[in-house]
Amino acid sequence: MSTTWIIIALILGFLVIFQIAKASEYVAILRGEERSRKDTNRINAFLLMAFLVVGLFGVWYCNEKLKGKILGEPASDHGERIDTMIWITLAVTGVVFVITQVLLFWFAYKYQESDTRKAYYYPHNNKLEMIWTAIPAIVLTVLVGFGLFYWFKITGEAPKDAQVIEVTGKQFNWEFRYPGKDKVLGKKYFKEVSEAKSNPLGQLWDDPANHDDVYTTGEMHVVVNKPVKLVIYAKDVIHDVGLAHFRMKMDAVPGIPTTMWFTPKFTTREMREKYGPDFNYEISCDQMCGAGHYSMRGTIVVESQGEFNAWLASKKPQYAVANPSTVPALPGATDTTKTKVDSAATAAVSMKR
Amino acid sequence: MDQHTNHNVHTDVHVVHEHHVDHDGNGHHHHKESFISKYIFSQDHKMIARQFLITGIIWAIVGGLFSVLFRLQLAYPDESFPILETFFGRWAQGGQIQPEFYYALVTMHGTVLVFFVLTGGLSGTFANLLIPLQAGARDMASPFMNMLSYWFFFLASVVMFSSLFVQTGPASGGWTAYPPLSALGQASSGSKIGMDLWITSMALFVVSSLLGGLNYIVTILNMRTKGMTMTRLPLTIWAVFFTAILGVLSFPVLLSGFILLLFDRNLGTSFYLSDIVVNGQILPNEGGSAILYQHLFWFLGHPEVYIIILPAMGLVSEVMSVNSRKPVFGYMAMVGSLFAITILAFLVWAHHMFVTGMNPFLGAFFVLLTLLIAIPSAIKVFNWITTIWRGNIRFTPAMLFAIGFVSMFISGGLTGIWLGNSTIDIHLHDTYFVVAHFHIVMGVSAFFGMFAGVYHWFPKMFGRYLNNTLGYIHFWITLAGAYLIFWPMHYQGMAGVPRRYLDFRLWTSFNQFSDLNKMITIVSIVVFFTQLMFVFNFFYSIFKGRKVRTMNPWGATTLEWTTPINPGHGNWPGEIPEVHRWAYDYGKDGRDFIPQTEPLNPNETKH
Repeated sequence: MSTTWIIIALILGFLVIFQIAKASEYVAILRGEERSRKDTNRINAFLLMAFLVVGLFGVWYCNEKLKGKILGEPASDHGERIDTMIWITLAVTGVVFVITQVLLFWFAYKYQESDTRKAYYYPHNNKLEMIWTAIPAIVLTVLVGFGLFYWFKITGEAPKDAQVIEVTGKQFNWEFRYPGKDKVLGKKYFKEVSEAKSNPLGQLWDDPANHDDVYTTGEMHVVVNKPVKLVIYAKDVIHDVGLAHFRMKMDAVPGIPTTMWFTPKFTTREMREKYGPDFNYEISCDQMCGAGHYSMRGTIVVESQGEFNAWLASKKPQYAVANPSTVPALPGATDTTKTKVDSAATAAVSMKR
Repeated sequence: MDQHTNHNVHTDVHVVHEHHVDHDGNGHHHHKESFISKYIFSQDHKMIARQFLITGIIWAIVGGLFSVLFRLQLAYPDESFPILETFFGRWAQGGQIQPEFYYALVTMHGTVLVFFVLTGGLSGTFANLLIPLQAGARDMASPFMNMLSYWFFFLASVVMFSSLFVQTGPASGGWTAYPPLSALGQASSGSKIGMDLWITSMALFVVSSLLGGLNYIVTILNMRTKGMTMTRLPLTIWAVFFTAILGVLSFPVLLSGFILLLFDRNLGTSFYLSDIVVNGQILPNEGGSAILYQHLFWFLGHPEVYIIILPAMGLVSEVMSVNSRKPVFGYMAMVGSLFAITILAFLVWAHHMFVTGMNPFLGAFFVLLTLLIAIPSAIKVFNWITTIWRGNIRFTPAMLFAIGFVSMFISGGLTGIWLGNSTIDIHLHDTYFVVAHFHIVMGVSAFFGMFAGVYHWFPKMFGRYLNNTLGYIHFWITLAGAYLIFWPMHYQGMAGVPRRYLDFRLWTSFNQFSDLNKMITIVSIVVFFTQLMFVFNFFYSIFKGRKVRTMNPWGATTLEWTTPINPGHGNWPGEIPEVHRWAYDYGKDGRDFIPQTEPLNPNETKH
């Protein structure tokens, strides 16, 4: 019902505006077109000036209202670099923004049509053109310089001691794999993927490096103040590991693994103390991936090394989950004969199924 | 020579026999024209321009309406609008926009506005209208190809529109249509038949764009009237010239990308597909690269934004100069910067791909080249500001939109310096910051340029004026509304809020903007209705607007205002006028303006 009323009100409002607009045309003709044109010219010139003043105030007001709602302190070392770069760029572009907008609207107001002034014939001035080619060129060189300096730091090789975690995006959640004691992620092949066989990542069980790898979904655990390197895969379509608090982002592309690394600075507990008990480091999918894109949420728990170790130890390796009957003892040994036995057993299990 | 050639072309055009061009100067050239040859399969560039414009307007209403619908969802994710279910059935079950519907709306909004409105509607209208009129030709080099260009556009429109009605819905993988999402029907219902229709429509669109573009280039290079050297051309013509070159060189690459996608979808090839397990189903494809598509797409996709903005720049330069009663400042620098933008446009595409896993070393070059584009853009802004400096400005609606264009272009251009820097892009990529940036710099700006053009050349197109009061209301609400909608989105982007999310209630990091989202939605509804008011003004004024009574209502120097108020096919009843000077002699030697057709006076000051 209310919709109908809104539509009726809109149509009525529109008709009123239209009638006024039509009438103003007749009035203009009656009063003399030249005179009414000059009146509207003055009104519009004034409005342009008013728009400048109100607009600049609006920019300030918008900042007051929203600055508390954007992210706080960056929670990673790379995040600090990115924020520094943002501040440098904001300073440069902010100054240019204010100067050019003020000149534009002020000139429009100041040089509005007037009978007493003649337009100044000023077709070109090569010196001016040189100046305003050179200055932006210099400023941009500085910005490129800073930008690339940070860019190479952020995208450079991860430190050797980084904790490696594999992240896989699929419609519409996240899967994680941690290397066990051997610190090596075992091989995998997408044609081995099978939920029925408890092998969601397609791990190759005849690779012994796989035997201690831990698989989880939804929540990723990382260690505070220790570099973490994510090796990123996608199963079906392109996803993107978006870590807003760490200021990091990297696409997950089917068939092409990607990587990113960073060092978390604060544990989840510390952040909850600062930002309230609801705080969570969230993983957002930042690349359109289908109907559930908006709900493709994961979380990250940043904790101490001790907590992390205890958590990891509480998880059963996926090998043991997939092959319950064959693994009485924890694998991870480099004994090749044992591996062969294991893979033979796996084959037997899979044939039985 | 030019006149002679033009004359021939003109007679060629009308295969209608016993047709004679009368040179006695009274009346238009006539031959019996049927309704069909005049209004439908017309070969007159002015009629084709109107066809492009009106088709563009219809698409703009559709695309704008889509944005209102998805803005409703963003502002009121938990409310139910029964009226939506009435109109859209299961797509809005329970009065709530379903995710598939939301993504279809977003995808179609982008596709329609980028390609059908701001490429077809903008270039198609003003390149067609202005090239022959301002360069001094009777029509395009090939009026028949020009007609085909419109009809391919129309066909593309029909196919795209029909895709809205298929059962599985239209394409819904975003306007960029990245595979594998767009390649696999199992991954999204929009990637079923809707996607094939989308690709077909886009292929037809590319054909239309190439037919048009080649024609524009040839006409500008070969069919200028006597005395019209390249450096005497108005900046509008330079702008559409570079636009056409961009389109001709980059659209074929897009087409090739789409064709490979079509093969992957229907013929079992693996250009873009590898290592895929979708919905538990293991696909056989191996060895393809999903990133290859992105390179092919953005090799057009980035020039595309310049294809959109360059014509707007040209229109604005012209409108600003005319209404400041002053020459455009730094004509050669303006042409030079258009040229620089055209060249650089081909060398920056991978800045859309900084976080795809592309080699960071390669990324560094794209940072450098991308930020270089800021230099010609800055030159243009400074030149526009200097053009109005010490002018004698008339604020027609066209002039206001031109000023609004510069303001928007500054605001959106500066955030380009943020995003072009890969370090910052890591954080802001695919957030609302990007949405704010490109809507301001190419969406709103290009629309402002287009409005400036429509208000300024409406008298030439239809022999009547648009209603001024409605024009002023249109401008002020649109300017204020555009800033209110898009400015705060920068803050959402800084908070990391991702694009293409229809509901933030699940999230703790992104759910703090619900009041802001309501405000933005309400403003966008108001702005949408204001645009409808413009559309009403447009159609009403075609039939009932105040009549144009003088040949040159704005006191402009350029050739289109030397034609009759309602020029017939062939534009000038007599000889095509000869040109003796550049297009910007305003306020020279104490005279308000000197038309391009007036011979140089030996006592004139040189510039």
